[in-house]
Amino acid sequence: MLQDKDRIYKNLYGLHSWRLKAARARGAWDGTKEMIARGHDAIIDEVKASGLRGRGGAGFPTGLKWSFMPKNDARPSYLAVNADESEPGTCKDRDIMRHDPHLLIEGALLAAFAMRAHTAYIYIRGEFIAEREILQAAVDEAYEAKLIGKNNVNGWDFDLYVHHGAGAYICGEETALLESLEGKKGQPRLKPPFPANVGLYGAPTTVNNVETISSVPDILRRGATWYASLGRPNNTGTKLYCISGHVNKPCTVEEEMGVPLRELIDHYAGGVRGGWDNLLAVIPGGSSVPCIPASECDDLPMDFDSLKAVNTALGTGGVIVMDKSTDIIRAISRLSYFYKHESCGQCTPCREGTGWMWRVLERMANGEAEKAEIDMLLNVSHQVEGHTICALGDAAAWPVQGLIRHFRHVIEERIDAKATKPISPSVPVAAE
Amino acid sequence: MSVRRLAAEQPEGFAFTPENLEWAKAQIKQYPEGRQASAVLSLLWRAQEQMGGWIPEPALRYVADMLNMAYIRVYEIVTFYTMFNLAPVGRHYVQVCGTTPCMLRGAEDIKDVCRKAIGPKDTVSEDGLFSWTEVECLGACVNAPMAQINKYYYEDLTPENFESILKRLRAGEDVEPGPQNGRQTSAPLGGPNTLTDPALYTNDSSGAEPGSAGAVLIDASAKRPGAAANVREAGVPKPPLDKSRKPKAR
Repeated sequence: MLQDKDRIYKNLYGLHSWRLKAARARGAWDGTKEMIARGHDAIIDEVKASGLRGRGGAGFPTGLKWSFMPKNDARPSYLAVNADESEPGTCKDRDIMRHDPHLLIEGALLAAFAMRAHTAYIYIRGEFIAEREILQAAVDEAYEAKLIGKNNVNGWDFDLYVHHGAGAYICGEETALLESLEGKKGQPRLKPPFPANVGLYGAPTTVNNVETISSVPDILRRGATWYASLGRPNNTGTKLYCISGHVNKPCTVEEEMGVPLRELIDHYAGGVRGGWDNLLAVIPGGSSVPCIPASECDDLPMDFDSLKAVNTALGTGGVIVMDKSTDIIRAISRLSYFYKHESCGQCTPCREGTGWMWRVLERMANGEAEKAEIDMLLNVSHQVEGHTICALGDAAAWPVQGLIRHFRHVIEERIDAKATKPISPSVPVAAE
Repeated sequence: MSVRRLAAEQPEGFAFTPENLEWAKAQIKQYPEGRQASAVLSLLWRAQEQMGGWIPEPALRYVADMLNMAYIRVYEIVTFYTMFNLAPVGRHYVQVCGTTPCMLRGAEDIKDVCRKAIGPKDTVSEDGLFSWTEVECLGACVNAPMAQINKYYYEDLTPENFESILKRLRAGEDVEPGPQNGRQTSAPLGGPNTLTDPALYTNDSSGAEPGSAGAVLIDASAKRPGAAANVREAGVPKPPLDKSRKPKAR
């Protein structure tokens, strides 16, 4: 179990002030100048050695990502911080930005320095207005104290701007985020070229999640060895977990990577409503990952590799707990509606497929489907997955696949119970 | 994707107030020379605030002219990003989160309260005070169910406390945003069992910021430094709508 002294986010719940003075008293901005004096490559090496993997969902090694940035390039380099947190089940970056914004600002300076960037944009989702106000005030404080800006005390010219979105989930995808930053619709770009070569305004850009960036200062202050000693091999460090749904005390908590799922639920979130035996299923990493049934939840370590082994993913660490009162088909169908609503419309499999899957799931939730349609739905989900520019198609397909993999019998029982005249699958339904 | 069209009835024109114009020029300066289009979202958002919660068509052209963008590009943006309202909304614009984490904890009941207290979805109540809609995940899942009313999040709702929020807003009172069941932000109800080691805070005697149980400030409280980007304009009277006028053909 993670000890308080090893926690990075000491003001996770806002019990203390987020302002510069208090943040400094908790350790932020301590020795930043010396860290910068170590040099670009030393910082990248330290982050590589810490084993930090991106906290936005994909889990790509952060140090490696930074090392892709060109070293001698006439174009300016940019850092874009992805604060467009909108994955259902996830609300961790919000707490960092409203309660510990200086960790993020310091991390942005260090990351930008490591990749030789003088400018960074924080792309915060439009709905986070209160969080944006605090973040902007904290940035202003940092400018005022000459911690960032031109000729700052840390010795690396650095401008940081807060940029907000306007309610598009897709802008959390890195290239859509860059499009949106450029003042366009947030439609993802084809890769390659990758943002490290052609990113914001055609210049080298790295996009990192808020949690990734804000853990960098502590990694450098306390050393890669400290960070790597937490968690499990290849899944090091700490992680913010958000436990929502049918638990007695939903909460966000920082724990070691690889913490058992049951400990998160029982120790921190007050247990499943009605006791552990009342657990039906868990979506362990935000809405985009497949759900797992209760039978797989007993000794499940919460990290990238362990969850991959049970055909799901750590994603963002947003744990959605469902007890036995849940209509699981309806719950997944609501997620399908979410993806239908948030599809940017660029690729046909996703634009048409998300709506199609939602409509079929709605019928299944009502029991008004044929059993053959379960396989048809699975088949269509595989045709969406991997056939789109960005991962939203995959994200829409996986929850459906998880449902069919583990709860096919529920769908079949409901169809049997209804035993209505089957609806002909050839009924034309207009696309939205 | 969702179908989004401009309102049939539009005001004659639009211009930023001098204060907003100055703010907009400062926003544009955040981006490199020739990349002023990057400011489009924040300018449109400011225009929406100035109009009391929606974007009329003349504002699109105004912002496009200001940023040297083709009108169609700005039109694309307001129809793509769902936070832009293309028709007037109520003085208190209620956005109920309906995605699965909130649904599991009773978002349907919250929507029922809206139907009863306000009326049908996406319809401004007769007194102009309220309108409500269902939105996708607002990112406060551990405080579900929740709703955003104008700028701020009201969390840990029950039909009872939500009804009372709406009643108090209707009576013209200010309601403190944040969790409505007395818990501290995203900590577990009854207080956290982490971050209890006093050694972490030997140098930090700051204590919580005022009102930090949730959103940090409410419409009635004094402005924070640096809050300029988010100032809510006082309810701007809606322009009179001329029913005889057809939407402008362009």
